[in-house]
Amino acid sequence: MSDPDGIAGTEGQAGRNLPRLRLHVPEPPARPGESADFTHFEIPAAGAQPRPDEAAQPADMRDMAYGLIRVLDEQGQAVGPWNPKLPPETLLRMLRAMALTRAFDARMFRAQRQGKTSFYMKSTGEEAVSIGAALALSRDDMCFPSYRQQGILIARDWPIVDMMNQIYSNKGDRLKGRQLPIMYSAREAGFFSISGNLTTQYPQAVGWAMASAAMGDTRIAATWCGEGSTAEGDFHSACTFASVYRAPVIMNVVNNQWAISSFSGFAGAESTTFAARAIGYGIAGLRVDGNDVLAVHAATRWAADRARSNAGPTLIEHFTYRVEGHSTSDDPTAYRSAEESSLWPLGDPIARLKQHVIGLGIWDEERHAAMDRELAEMVRDAAREAEKNGILGHGLHHPMESMFEDVFEEMPWHLKEQQQQMLDEWKAAGL
Amino acid sequence: MTMIQAINSALDVMMERDPDVVVMGEDVGYFGGVFRATAGLQQKYGKNRVFDTPITECGIIGVAVGMGAYGLRPVPEIQFADYIYPALDQLVSEAARLRYRSAGEFIAPMTVRSPFGGGIFGGQTHSQSPEGIFTHVSGVKTVIPSTPYDAKGLLIAAIEDNDPTIFFEPKRIYNGPFDGHYDTPAKSWAGHPDAQVPAGYYRVPLGQARIARAGEALTILCYGTMVHVVENSVTSLGVDAEIIDLRTLVPLDIGAIEASVKKTGRCLIVHEATRTSGFGAELLSLVQERCFYHLEAPIERVTGFDTPYPHSLEWAYFPGPVRIREAINKILRD
Ligand SMILES: Cc1ncc(C[n+]2csc(CCOP(=O)(O)OP(=O)(O)O)c2C)c(N)n1
Repeated sequence: MSDPDGIAGTEGQAGRNLPRLRLHVPEPPARPGESADFTHFEIPAAGAQPRPDEAAQPADMRDMAYGLIRVLDEQGQAVGPWNPKLPPETLLRMLRAMALTRAFDARMFRAQRQGKTSFYMKSTGEEAVSIGAALALSRDDMCFPSYRQQGILIARDWPIVDMMNQIYSNKGDRLKGRQLPIMYSAREAGFFSISGNLTTQYPQAVGWAMASAAMGDTRIAATWCGEGSTAEGDFHSACTFASVYRAPVIMNVVNNQWAISSFSGFAGAESTTFAARAIGYGIAGLRVDGNDVLAVHAATRWAADRARSNAGPTLIEHFTYRVEGHSTSDDPTAYRSAEESSLWPLGDPIARLKQHVIGLGIWDEERHAAMDRELAEMVRDAAREAEKNGILGHGLHHPMESMFEDVFEEMPWHLKEQQQQMLDEWKAAGL
Repeated sequence: MTMIQAINSALDVMMERDPDVVVMGEDVGYFGGVFRATAGLQQKYGKNRVFDTPITECGIIGVAVGMGAYGLRPVPEIQFADYIYPALDQLVSEAARLRYRSAGEFIAPMTVRSPFGGGIFGGQTHSQSPEGIFTHVSGVKTVIPSTPYDAKGLLIAAIEDNDPTIFFEPKRIYNGPFDGHYDTPAKSWAGHPDAQVPAGYYRVPLGQARIARAGEALTILCYGTMVHVVENSVTSLGVDAEIIDLRTLVPLDIGAIEASVKKTGRCLIVHEATRTSGFGAELLSLVQERCFYHLEAPIERVTGFDTPYPHSLEWAYFPGPVRIREAINKILRD
């Protein structure tokens, strides 16, 4: 590239009196050492968004893809047409599930740092996205999550010891130690096996939903991916299929602003919203305050009702923030402003719901503190329980020969041979 | 230099020498790559030449084909080789065949860098060795270094090459050689003879193998991390093996292989990738075709098993010293 200004004019153009072309490479508003700035975000007031009919035509609700559905206002009151008006026990269940997810994340992050497992990914600050949705779906709806939706399992009361066994890849791991930690699979919980390959779950969820529709079932599918992952081809194929067949599916984009070190601008956020991706496909698109669990719940409920009434798919953008590093292998201070997470204007989803339930008079600070203590003890006890089944690298794994199982339904000759060969080799080596 | 530093240095040297070289990929810009291979390059060469991309591997390679057609020399990074599959069509049907289908009118002179291989507890999706898929495709070159010195020299040669090249970086040895003993502390490249890397420009030509250790008893063909595991196994067994580090699989240094096997009469092939239809099968056929009358024992293969890469049983899967020693003993017994 001989032109210092970029991929610009060649000699042939030099005399044509044309401006030199310029390549636009996005840049986030703040880098390490700079002060974070969220003032360019337009944050409409809670309750300001209208609530269209569940069967509305996508073309009649374009604005929903550019606004921000919010229910909880600055005082913690639930306002406006999207207020799901949940009963107290549901609100407290949500609060507990979010707090448990956070306690679980804290414990497992520490376990990774203590060398008990190889890897971990937190969902800190994004708990409302999974928990609000999980409690708005039916228990038998099928979820096709990405790797930051552990909250779904927790909201569906899946045993956390089972999740920890998976993280430790121990002999209690239902996946026989084959998957990277946090890549759960729990069919009984309606939780599809997680892949490390981004966005592959998107067309799969659409396919599941199409099958459900074709079979005259009543169950719907939901899927999640990060905003960075919307750039993958699979995302666009999924949208086309969902639109063409009006699949009963909810496609969630968790816009937590960062994809490892790349800010959302590298997925196209400078030009439009992620909810607006829906418009070109003729799909309903909603943009939601992802730190407002009531808004997430209401939007998911709306989309689920829409899908169940054969009115078609919905794409929901959850506008949120990834408070912690991408994973235990990441150091976010190397690429983003250190103060960013504390300045995030939409607050902490747990604190916001807590304020709401205290305002309703059904909760107080003492009970909250007691709950946090109880949950911390609970995850500690669960971790001890799971550790009895072994931690990674300490020999308490599934038997070595299990490695060859499940490659096919029946083990072919070459795998039997390799299995025997491995056992012979280890035996000959005296191990 | 570590292998990561050597790769960074190769990119730096080439970006300095050739203004047409551009580096692109997920997180490679400001942050310098999740393995830090591109650290500092954006600061030095600007955002027009080193930039982050959207997360779309087919997009990254498709865009690189277009940039190559314009006249640039893109060096795209696929963050993990496990994520090369979404880009497969662009690589196999487009980049690899552009020269052929346009009778040389258009070329795709790109070097696709990608960390590959296991041994880091990366689970199924951060551990694979897909080189066999690319050696099967006509029109792409496949390069795999095993030392910092080679990593730099081969990467420079690949960037200068006018054909699309897949440059697989064995990430297990990015920061130090790995002899296969997972329970001993990691070693560093410091003090290793092959880690003495000149600061400036030099090439290690594509298509030339390296004799990592000369010997008479048997020939061991290997590449990447396996070169170090094999060296360790050979030393601990005290066998006079000749170890050939292939360095490039396509084009392959058939002369070096033939000469060595004809000399030793015995051959072991070692790679991390799964066995069936792996590159080892190709090597085995070649040796059989060309050296049959010189062979004194059947050719053996030590490879990954034909299962997906398991997380907790990584060390049973990984072709480590135990398996290599057993195979050597078997060949020498015959
Ligand atoms: C196909 C594929 N390409 C690249 C990666 C490496 N990778 C893992 S996570 C990630 C960033 C994803 O960001 P985003 O979709 O925004 O989700 P978030 O992590 O922010 O929740 C990348 C590039 C991958 N796992 N799969």
